[in-house]
Amino acid sequence: MSMPFYVAPEQFMKDKADFARKNIARGRPLVATVYAEGIVICAENTSRSLHKVSEIYDQIAFAGVGRYNEFDQLRRSGVQYADIKGYQYSREDVDARSLANLYAQYMGNVFTHEMKPLEVEILVAEVGAAPGQDQLFHILYDGSVVDEDRMTVLGGEAESIARRLEATFDPGWDLGAALRAASKALSGDDRALGAGELEVAVLARSNGRRAFRRVETAEIEALLAEPAGQPSSDQDSPGDAGDGVTGAEPGNEAAGTPEAGE
Amino acid sequence: MFSPQEDPGPSFTDVLRKVGHEPFAVSQPSGPAPFEIRHGTTIVAIRYADGVLMAGDRRATAGSSIAHRTMDKVHPADRHSGVAIAGAAGPAMEMVKLFQLQLEHYEKVEGSALSLEGKANQLSGMVRANLGMAMQGFVVVPLFAGYDLRRGVGRIYTYDPTGGRYEETDFHADGSGGRDARTTVKLGWKANMDRSAAIELAVRALWQAADEDSATGGPDAIRKIYPTVATITAAGFERVAESEVAEAFGTVVATLSEAEIQSEVPDR
Repeated sequence: MSMPFYVAPEQFMKDKADFARKNIARGRPLVATVYAEGIVICAENTSRSLHKVSEIYDQIAFAGVGRYNEFDQLRRSGVQYADIKGYQYSREDVDARSLANLYAQYMGNVFTHEMKPLEVEILVAEVGAAPGQDQLFHILYDGSVVDEDRMTVLGGEAESIARRLEATFDPGWDLGAALRAASKALSGDDRALGAGELEVAVLARSNGRRAFRRVETAEIEALLAEPAGQPSSDQDSPGDAGDGVTGAEPGNEAAGTPEAGE
Repeated sequence: MFSPQEDPGPSFTDVLRKVGHEPFAVSQPSGPAPFEIRHGTTIVAIRYADGVLMAGDRRATAGSSIAHRTMDKVHPADRHSGVAIAGAAGPAMEMVKLFQLQLEHYEKVEGSALSLEGKANQLSGMVRANLGMAMQGFVVVPLFAGYDLRRGVGRIYTYDPTGGRYEETDFHADGSGGRDARTTVKLGWKANMDRSAAIELAVRALWQAADEDSATGGPDAIRKIYPTVATITAAGFERVAESEVAEAFGTVVATLSEAEIQSEVPDR
């Protein structure tokens, strides 16, 4: 076995990207979508105390998938950055865009300069003053940012989940409808996620200054159960059920971000 | 972004220091300030059946002149606690701002709110950090009250300028008119008062303080300026509507003027 003294930069980057993608895909995914009142973020997470979704600032929430210690460190930094900025200037001057840029810089830097890239994908969400002004910044392990204003999926199987959610997406839906669709999209058609397996939080315009609110298990249960007969439309989102399930193999996830590894 | 070894933890003031901001002005005691500074005055906290009530007048003075007529001295510290301030207005407002941020920062970083006593201790540290300023006359004396969710009761904490923290059982009043307000509350206080009785007592105490102390503002019916009154209960910090405070004042004024009429000496 010869010692690999030289590794082509392309190969080196590709290896890192593959490593990050593979490990992110191993974790459980997360869905964020706008609804009438703001943004709902729904993660598959059985832990009640180790959160994937958290508050950053008045109108801004954070969510991460992948390695817990890494995205939690990013979350804390985000809170510190936002609080310092709000203290030095004004609360109004804290926005998701600059925070997303900060994260992108940091994650991009780690990706190119460190041995090991961050094995996380994160979301910075900001609820706007009116419907249509909500922002979702999806930041990948290499620092690339995707700016969405409707919905986004983080983690493994992102593409098939996004397809399932897209099929029923309606920007004006209420929390219950959005949550049912999100849970359905996360689970695929041959299993159902119970309230205990979901972590849900909203950024709602009606919550006053601090828009962030966790939706507790009992409330999730009620919302999931709500109109049992009515939502036939999301039952028959066709075809894609099959690939959603086969996609469970971690290797072929993150197809949604093919350009990311460059 | 701090490395794990350098992370200042959940303390916002430590975060500020890390990035080169000293949150409390460090100053050497060198005699009193050569200029008049704004002072805020009477603040009251009363325990009642649902929790605790806080109130404060609206006047800020600079020496013998009125600097501001609509200053708010009662502020929410977080969802279930409030802080009222007496003393030098500038440092006091800064302290309130930092205190609010500190509690929110802790809650966000740690994922759960501080205990009520933890909050009271945080404020104690801030008052102590202001000691250098206090020595030059910029004294800040806050009053902290909140609803203790773990015990299901309202609690009141008072401070001295050195950061000493004392828990009061039933009520307290501070500031230049604090003594008069305290006496009034003491005479009228009963255990388990209802909300309206507590509001009326607080308003009466503030009126008595304003009557005796020139730095405390009374109700101003012309400009429609009434004291800030807020309740802190299991439901959280909630400001009492101005109309309700005005109404309580109406009742106080009615009883007081009735007493005046009776005391008039007819033949003189």
